[in-house]
Amino acid sequence: MLYKNPYNHYFDYVVQRDIDKCIRCKACVTQCSYGANYYDADRDLIYSLDHNCVGCMRCSTFCPTDCISIVRNPDAFRLNANWKDHNIKDLYKQAGTGGIIITGMGNDKPFTNYWEHMVVDACQVTNPSIDPLREPMELKTFLGRKPDKLEMNKNGDITTKLAPQLILETPIMFSAMSYGSINYNVCESVARASKELGIFWNTGEGGLPKALYGYGKNTIVQCASGRFGVSPEYLNAGAAIEIKIGQGAKPGIGGHLPGEKVLEGISETRMIPVGTDAISPAPHHDIYSIEDLKQLIYALKEATRYEKPISVKIAAVHNVAAIASGIARAGADIIAVDGFRGGTGAAPKAIRDNVGIPTEVAIAAVDERLRQEGIRNEVSLVAAGGFRNSSDIIKAIALGADAVYIATSALMAVGCTLCQQCHRGRCAWGITTNDPELSKRVNPELAAERLVNLIHAWSNEIKEMLGLMGINSIESLKGNRDRLRGVGLSEVELQALGIKQAGI
Amino acid sequence: MGNSIKIDAQGVYYKLLNQKIHDALGNGETDIELTRVNGQRYIADGLKNDIRITINGVPGNDLGIFMNGPVITVNNNAQDAVGNTMNGGKIVVKGMAGDVCGYGMRGGKLFILKDAGYRVGIHMKGYKDLNPVIVIGGNAGDFLAEYMAGGVIVVLRMFGRKNGESVTGDYLGAGMHGGTVYIRGGADRKRLGKGVDVAGITDADRGLLKGIIKEYADDLGLDADSILSERFEKLVPLSTRPYAKLYTY
Repeated sequence: MLYKNPYNHYFDYVVQRDIDKCIRCKACVTQCSYGANYYDADRDLIYSLDHNCVGCMRCSTFCPTDCISIVRNPDAFRLNANWKDHNIKDLYKQAGTGGIIITGMGNDKPFTNYWEHMVVDACQVTNPSIDPLREPMELKTFLGRKPDKLEMNKNGDITTKLAPQLILETPIMFSAMSYGSINYNVCESVARASKELGIFWNTGEGGLPKALYGYGKNTIVQCASGRFGVSPEYLNAGAAIEIKIGQGAKPGIGGHLPGEKVLEGISETRMIPVGTDAISPAPHHDIYSIEDLKQLIYALKEATRYEKPISVKIAAVHNVAAIASGIARAGADIIAVDGFRGGTGAAPKAIRDNVGIPTEVAIAAVDERLRQEGIRNEVSLVAAGGFRNSSDIIKAIALGADAVYIATSALMAVGCTLCQQCHRGRCAWGITTNDPELSKRVNPELAAERLVNLIHAWSNEIKEMLGLMGINSIESLKGNRDRLRGVGLSEVELQALGIKQAGI
Repeated sequence: MGNSIKIDAQGVYYKLLNQKIHDALGNGETDIELTRVNGQRYIADGLKNDIRITINGVPGNDLGIFMNGPVITVNNNAQDAVGNTMNGGKIVVKGMAGDVCGYGMRGGKLFILKDAGYRVGIHMKGYKDLNPVIVIGGNAGDFLAEYMAGGVIVVLRMFGRKNGESVTGDYLGAGMHGGTVYIRGGADRKRLGKGVDVAGITDADRGLLKGIIKEYADDLGLDADSILSERFEKLVPLSTRPYAKLYTY
C-alpha cells in the first residue's frame, strides 16, 4: 500500500486468534460480513483485517474451538479528558471523507440514566404483599380513549359508547421497525411473537408485506411523512394506525432508506420502484400545526370508519408536555413518546447523541400535564426509548405510562450485539440486512420463540414486582409515583420526575 | 349503469355526510351527487369503489385522501389537500384548489381548472403501473413538486394571476429525484429549487403530454390543440440519488 489513510488505522477492535486452537474451519471467514477475516491458503492460516472489524462478535460466537477473542484496540491516543477517542476518530473520518457521520442503534453516551436512580417500594408489615404465583395478577392493558364516565343499565351492562381499544395481554409492544431497515424474517419473527403473546408489533413506515396481512390483528400500521405503502387496504389491515411525527433517535429529521436497500420485496411493500431512494421528508408536509395533525388523525379515522385507535408518535423533546397536550386535544387515542435512547436503523451521529431528552422525564412531564389539564383519560401514553429490562418498564408505568414499546431489546433477543452498524445493511446477525444470504441467519420460528421467552420473563418479573408492592393489577400502578423514590438526584431532577427522595 | 342518488349536504356535519355516502354505497349506489356542499372534509376518504361522485359546492380539506378508484367532479373550487396520499381514481376540480394537493400521491389523476396553492405534488411517486398525474390549468404556488419521486405534474398557466407573475412559486422542484414537471410557456429559472434543471421536451414527452392534455381538456371543456400549441419545458431532477454522497461511517 502506497498510502494509508490515517483514519483507517484508528480502528476500534482487534481480532485475536489463538493459532494453536484454530482448526482452519473458516467459520469466522464465512460468518463475517464485513470482510474482517480471510484464509491464506499458502500459509494455511487465517488472518484478520482488524480495521474491518465492527465488534459484533459473530465470528467469536461461531468459532467451534473458541480461539477468537474480540478485544478493544489497545492502540491508544494520549489520554485527554476533552478529546475522547470517539471525538478524535470521528474528526479524522470527516476530514477524510467530508461526510455526515451515520450510525445505528440508540444514543450510547453516558447521560444520566434515571431508571438507575429510581427505586421501587415494597410492602412490609402494614400492607401485605401478594404472591403472584398463587394469586391472580392482572397485566391486561387497554390502550385508547377512555370515557369521562361510564353509564350502565340495570343489568350492569355498559351503555356508554366506548372508543376502540387495543387490548394487550402485557403492557409491552414491539416498536416501529420498518421492513427495509430490518428484513422480512425479522418482521415475521416479531409478528409471530406478537400474535402468540397477545400484544402488538408496529410496521414502521415501510408498509406491511402482503404475506404478513394475516397478523393484522396484532399489527399497528404506521403512516409517516413518506406515506410509503399507505393504501386503503394497508390502513385497514392493522388493529391501529400510528402517525409517525418523530423518532427518539433522530428528532426533527426525516429518514432515508438508500436505493441499495430497496430490493424487490421492499419495493413492493413500500410501493416505490426498485433501487430508488426512499426519502421521508422531515415533517409531514400536510401537517404544519396541531390543527393539521387533527386533520390527518380524523382522515385516518374516516378511512377506517372510526373502528381503530389512532396513535401519534413523537420524539421526546423539551416541550413534550405541551405538544402531547395538543396531540390529545387533536383527537389522538394513543400518544407514543420516544426518548433519546431509542434506536434507529440509521441516523446522523451528531443528532442521535445530542438531540432530544430521556424518556423517563418526558413520560413524567406528559403524564403530569395531562392530569393537570384533566384530559389524562382521553389518551393512552406509550413510553419508548431504551427499555432494557422489566424494572425499567415497571418504573415507566409508575411514572405514568400505560405501556411501553421495545425494539432494541427485541432485536437483541433475536441476536443483535449492539455493534451499531445497522445503516450498512451488512448485519452479520442477519437482522438489519436485506442480503438474502445474511437474512437466512434469522429463523422466524426460533427468533419468535426467543421474543416470546423474553416477554414472558419480563411479564413474570413485572408480576413479582407488583406483588411485592401489594398491587394485583397493572392498572393500579399507572402514574402511582408514590411507589417510586429517587436516589442520588438533585431536587430539580426529583421535581421533574415528580418523585420523592428515598427516605422521605 | 348503476343507481344514482342525490344527497343534500347543507348544514350536515362532515362525519354524518360521509356516513351517508357510505350508506349509499352500501345500498349499491354508484353515482352520487352531493349538493350544497360547504367545506365538509374527507369526502371519498379511503374509498375503493368504482363510483362517481359529483360535488356541487366547495368540498373541504382532504377530498379523496387515500382514495383508490372513484371519479370525483367538483363543480366549484376545492379546499386544501385534494387527492392527499391518493392511490387511484380521478378528481376534476372545475375551479381553484388549495394547498398541499396531491401530497404523497401514488396514482390516479387530479385535474384542476385554475390555480393551485402552495406545496402541491410534494413527494409524488410512481410505482409499476401507478403513475400519478396532476394538471394545473392556472398557476401554482411555492414548493411545487418538492421531493418529487415519480409521476407527472403539468402547469398550464392559462388562467389566474396577474401579468408578470410567475407560473410557479419559489423552491420549484426542490429535492426532486424522480418524475417530471411540464410547464407550458417555460419554467421560471429564478424559482428553481435545489437539485433540478430545465430541459426542452422530446417527442416522447410530447406524446405523453398529448394524452394527458386531451383527457384534461375533454373533462373540462377546453381545446386540447390550442393548449398544446404553446411551447413546453420540463423540469428534470439532476440526480436520482441526490443524497448518495452526503454520508460517511
